[in-house]
Amino acid sequence: MIKLNGISKHFGSFAALNDINLEVRDGEFLALLGPSGSGKTTLLRIIAGLAFPEAGSVSFNGEDVTDLKVADRKVGFVFQHYALFRHMNVLDNVGFGLSVRPRRHRPPKAEIRARARELLDLVQLNGLGDRYPAQLSGGQRQRVALARALAVEPQLLLLDEPFGALDAKVRKELRRWLRQLHEQMKLTSIFVTHDQEEALELADRVVVMNDGVIEQIGTPDEVYMAPGTSFVSGFVGDTNSLPVTVIDGVPQFHDRPIAVDAEGAADGPARLDFRPHDVVLDCDETGAVPMVVTGAYRMGGNWRVEGAVSGLSRVIEIDFATDRVPPKPGQRLAFRVTRARLFPDGKVRP
Amino acid sequence: MSASAYRKSGAAHALILIALAFISLFLLLPLITVFAQALAKGFDAYRTALVEPDAIAAIKLTLTVAAISVPLNVVFGIAAAWSIAKFDFPGKSVLVTFIDLPFSVSPVVAGLVYVLLFGMQGWLGPWLREYDIQIIFAVPGIVLATVFVTFPFVARELIPLMAEQGRDDEEAALSLGASGFQTFLRVTLPNIRWGLLYGVLLCNARAMGEFGAVSVVSGHLRGLTNTVPLHVEILYNEYNFVAAFAVASLLAMLALLTLVLKSILERRFDYQHGSVGH
Repeated sequence: MIKLNGISKHFGSFAALNDINLEVRDGEFLALLGPSGSGKTTLLRIIAGLAFPEAGSVSFNGEDVTDLKVADRKVGFVFQHYALFRHMNVLDNVGFGLSVRPRRHRPPKAEIRARARELLDLVQLNGLGDRYPAQLSGGQRQRVALARALAVEPQLLLLDEPFGALDAKVRKELRRWLRQLHEQMKLTSIFVTHDQEEALELADRVVVMNDGVIEQIGTPDEVYMAPGTSFVSGFVGDTNSLPVTVIDGVPQFHDRPIAVDAEGAADGPARLDFRPHDVVLDCDETGAVPMVVTGAYRMGGNWRVEGAVSGLSRVIEIDFATDRVPPKPGQRLAFRVTRARLFPDGKVRP
Repeated sequence: MSASAYRKSGAAHALILIALAFISLFLLLPLITVFAQALAKGFDAYRTALVEPDAIAAIKLTLTVAAISVPLNVVFGIAAAWSIAKFDFPGKSVLVTFIDLPFSVSPVVAGLVYVLLFGMQGWLGPWLREYDIQIIFAVPGIVLATVFVTFPFVARELIPLMAEQGRDDEEAALSLGASGFQTFLRVTLPNIRWGLLYGVLLCNARAMGEFGAVSVVSGHLRGLTNTVPLHVEILYNEYNFVAAFAVASLLAMLALLTLVLKSILERRFDYQHGSVGH
C-alpha cells in the first residue's frame, strides 16, 4: 500500500501541493485527475522520487521512502513524451533497466534480450525489436515505454498523461488495452490525466485535484454522480450551473422555485449544478426554467441543445433523445431539472 | 510560392551572380593566392619551408596547444551546458553571459588581461617569480589565452541542444535504476554526440588559428613560443613570402578540412534532429 502523509511543495511562492493525504491500495488503478497546474504531475513525481516534498512523507508498504531516490524505489515511470532512448533500438530500450544493474545482479546479455522479447510480446510489439524509436508510431512508442518500465519488475507503475500525445482513435484503443493489461497483471498503477473521460473509463478510483489540494477521492461513479465539491461538479462531466437563492429550503432562480431535493440546504445564495441529461421538457408547470434555443448538434445518441436563459451569460446545455426533431434556433422551451446538486459556496462561472 | 516560380526570374540570376562574384573575390581568390604564392618557387621550396626546424616547432606547439585546450573546453563546455540547460539556479543568466564573453571581447584584450595577471609586473607576478613559474611568454600563457578565446564553442553548441532535449531521457534512465555516471555515458552523451563533435571541430579550428590573444602572451620566441599563425607573421615580416605562404597553406588546408567535416556533421546532425520529432 502506498501512503502519502501531509505532502506539501512550493515552486517559488506558488503552492504546487498543499497537505496531500492519500492511500493507494494494492493492485489498484488510480487516476490523478485535474486541470493543468493542479499539482497532479508534481504529486506523481513525488511518488516516483523524481521530485521531493518540503513537508510530509511517502511510504510504500509501511516503509518510509520519502528520502529514497527514484532508482531505489522500484517504480516504473512512463513519461508523457515516452522519453525513449533515440540511439538505441527497441530491444535495447526495453532491456536498459536490466543492463544497468550492478554486475552482481545483472543477468547475462542473452537473458536480458530474452526478457525484453517477452515484454515486447506482452505489449504486442513482437518483431519490432530492431526498430528505432523514430521508426515507430506514437502508440507503439507508448507501448515500448511501458515495456521498458515493466522490465525492472516495479512494485508500482506510474504513468504521466499516458495518452496525451496520441490521436483520438489510437487513444481509445490503447486505453482499453491498458485496462486489460492492468486486470491481467494487477500491478498497482497511478496515472495522471486532465481528461475526465479517460479517468472515469480506466480508473478504479479517481482523485480529483485542483490548486494543489485533493477535492475528492472516489470511484468514477461517485465522482460523477455525487461530486463532493463545487469544483468537482464543474470539472467532471458536462455541467450546467444556475445561481439560485435558497429560501426556506427551496432553491429559487429568478423567483422561480426549482423543484429539486434540497433538504437541509441553508438559506442564502448557492449554485445549482445539473447535468444536461438530468432535465425533462416541461412547459407551463411551476419549477421549469424558460430558455431560448441558440443551437443544436448531434452528440452520440442525443441532440445536445444549447440555449440562453435570461440573466445568464453562459449557455445552458440540455440533451434531447434523437427520436425527436431537434428544436430550431429561436424556439422557446422550458425544462425542469430532475436531479441537481446544490453548492452554497459555489460561484457560477460567467 | 514555390521555388520554381523564381527559376526564370532575372532578379534571381542577378542575385546568384552577385553572390558568386563576392565569394570568388573575397574567399576563393585569397585561398588560391595562398597556394599559388606557396608554390611560386616550386614544390621543393614549399617543402623546405615546412620542414625547417622553426616551422616544425611551430606546428608542434600549435598541435600541443590544441591538444590541451580542446579537451579542457570539452569538459568545461559539457559541464556548463549541462548545468545551464537542465537545471535552474541563481546566477544562471550571469553564467550564460560569461560564456559569451570571449565572443564579445577583442582577443588582444584577452591576451593583455593575462599579461596583467600573470606577467612579471602583474598582480600574481611576484608570487609566480618566487616559485619560478613562467606563464607569460611561455607555453602555459598560450594555452590559457587559447582556452579563453575558444571557451564558448562547445558550450554554445550544446546549450540549445540539451535544453531542447530536456530532462526526460535522463530521468527515465534514473528511474530504470541507472547511476548518474551510467546515465551520462549511455544516455546524455549519445544524445549530444553530433552536436559535441561539431563544437569540438569549431573549437579546434579556432584553437589552431588563434592569433590576437596568443600574439600578446607569446613573446614570439622562435622555435619556443611561436604557434603556426605567429610563425606565418614573422616570416611575412621578413619578406620571406614563399615560406610564409607555405606555412599559411597548412592553416588554409585545416580550414578546408574543417569545412568538409563540418558539412558531413551537419548532415548527420540534421538527420538525427529530423528523425527524433515526437
